[in-house]
Amino acid sequence: MTKPFHSRRQPSRSIPAPGRRKPKRSRLWLTVAPLYVFTLLFVAGPLVYMVILSFLQRAEVWGVVNTFTFENYLKILNPVYAQTFLESLRLAFATTALTLAIGYPFGYFMAKLPAKRKKLMMLLVVIPFWTSALMRMYGWIIIFQSNGLLDKLLMGLGITEDPLRLLYSYPAVLTGMVYSLLPFMILAIYSSVEKMDWSYIEAARDLGATRARAFLTVTLKLTLPGILSGVILVFIPSMGLFFIADILGGGKVMLVGNLIRDQLMTTRDWPFAAALAVILTILTSLLIRLYRGITHTTQLEGIL
Amino acid sequence: MDDTILELKQISKGFGSTDVLRGIDLTVRAGEFITLLGPSGCGKTTTLRIIAGLEAPDTGRVYLNGTDVTDYEPNLRDVNTVFQSYALFPHMDVAGNIGYGLKLKKVPKAEIRRAVTDALALVRLPGYEKRYPSELSGGQRQRVAIARAIVNRPKVLLLDEPLGALDLQLRRQMQIELKRLQKKLGITFIYITHDQEEAINMSDRIAVMKDGRFEQIGTPSEVYDTPKTSYVASFVGSANVLSGTAAGMRDGNVLIRCREGIIMADAKGRSFAPLTPLTFAVRSENITLASPDAEFGIPARILEKSFAGGMLRISMIPGTAPLAAADTKETHSHASGRDSDSDPAGTDLAAEDVSRPVNEIIASRHGIDSAAEPGELVMACFDPRDAVLVDLPDEEGREV
Repeated sequence: MTKPFHSRRQPSRSIPAPGRRKPKRSRLWLTVAPLYVFTLLFVAGPLVYMVILSFLQRAEVWGVVNTFTFENYLKILNPVYAQTFLESLRLAFATTALTLAIGYPFGYFMAKLPAKRKKLMMLLVVIPFWTSALMRMYGWIIIFQSNGLLDKLLMGLGITEDPLRLLYSYPAVLTGMVYSLLPFMILAIYSSVEKMDWSYIEAARDLGATRARAFLTVTLKLTLPGILSGVILVFIPSMGLFFIADILGGGKVMLVGNLIRDQLMTTRDWPFAAALAVILTILTSLLIRLYRGITHTTQLEGIL
Repeated sequence: MDDTILELKQISKGFGSTDVLRGIDLTVRAGEFITLLGPSGCGKTTTLRIIAGLEAPDTGRVYLNGTDVTDYEPNLRDVNTVFQSYALFPHMDVAGNIGYGLKLKKVPKAEIRRAVTDALALVRLPGYEKRYPSELSGGQRQRVAIARAIVNRPKVLLLDEPLGALDLQLRRQMQIELKRLQKKLGITFIYITHDQEEAINMSDRIAVMKDGRFEQIGTPSEVYDTPKTSYVASFVGSANVLSGTAAGMRDGNVLIRCREGIIMADAKGRSFAPLTPLTFAVRSENITLASPDAEFGIPARILEKSFAGGMLRISMIPGTAPLAAADTKETHSHASGRDSDSDPAGTDLAAEDVSRPVNEIIASRHGIDSAAEPGELVMACFDPRDAVLVDLPDEEGREV
């Protein structure tokens, strides 16, 4: 995250080309102006607006009243809403843990494939993105619904007798989350394993480490940056992918994302929605910081 | 053979369709410094990896201290490797790297700390425990890699071109230090290099490798003074390799008729029937230039003279033909010696075969002065004892 900032500074230290008129220092900033304008307009601006909004009061019918209040934040402490936060965190943790459990070996072995099959594998991982995420979620409905594909299969094999009623349940939402976020984890792990120098593992084995020991003391440590970016890429969206909870949870699973959406679209309580969003942002930032502290990683890798 | 520590028996290994090792045998005695010498791609590193257990041979067995370890995992072999790339763990400091092996053996922490300090002192890097590999220079990394391997006191230490990445001066210094370490610790070293000087300087024995086979195994002086094959002669001693046919015996020497002239070589108690194809090697420092009317020698025209490292190097084109015609060929001396391998063994004495590439003859001597001028016709002469008969490669042998 510090990188783009650094590169933004570079031009001011540019060396004038010999034989040319020295460009005026005051004009140089123009070259990076679009970057500043974009960031200001679409990142900083909305963020500031959101924070301000979260301290205002809801108007009777429509819009907001410019009265400063903490009320929105206090409202979050209400057990109903606090419960939603906890539920979201629980789902996000479960999703991240599962994607890591599946994505690490996947990305690891993918990186060890011969070049040709690696490309094919990469294509297969990316192909789902060509279809709308919404469509793919409806696909899961066909699988999960009563007497749907999964039920028919299980009953056909004689494993279960009655339909499982999987649709509109917590496991269904979790499956949808893991399914849609797994590629991010795989690609992040893959890119860090692929870059790793295998002679380190050979050295560890040579010095007396078993396969498992070499993996734990060397491979895992060296791919930690990949794990970190994978975790971030999965954890953050999993707090807010409300449409998955909607489609596969059928309103039974309420996440912070759903709550914010409802406050904005249905209840039209914009200040409260803003307060929820602010808390969500702070919470995720804190968790990432905590995670970084535990794993001692500062560098992100891969897509980030 | 009580003190045999490592034995390779008929090891072969292929990758895909290429055979890297074609059945090699090697016996290493305890405490020995043995060097595998050969050009890149000759199978040196593969041999080392098979000993370490990082690669499995297709056929053959590896015995370590009398035990068949062919199917042992690398962690179960009492062998450590200094990798060409050093492979120091970037996420551990120097102490962590060196102590890694001991930690796996569950050696108490205090003992590990002492061993690490000792190992660092041994490689002359005291006080570097807390540095990370990224903070070290190439030479320092090299020393840490060596310390990490020797701290485990392996039976055999494998070193894969450990000095390859260092500059010349540092390389010379490390050669001496490695030798000192080996003497001090008494650990068997198996060392890989493609640098013949390094091999000669450090080794008790040298195994010259070519195309997945050992061409010759012997002490440095054996390999240097009495090469068995033309390949060894040209690779180790950068000798001139010439060929001809036997033309009679005289005083224990064999007369060899080459295309350009007749020479004498020490027959080493053997006798050769006339017309036996023979190849011999003469090192450049043993060649003297005489006037063209000398009895034995190879008439040649001087192509060029160059001075390097206190030695004057004179390259000559054999034959009496004026230079202009011969001058068109490539004059890379390094290749010339090796080219003679593919030479049809000089059996054709008709001398009309112009298509055959002409070998350069290199003479070298101390000092800068030489009366010989480019274009001059001289006789390249040498003492019969300095002409070493080497075996002809099989393929060429069959042609006769």
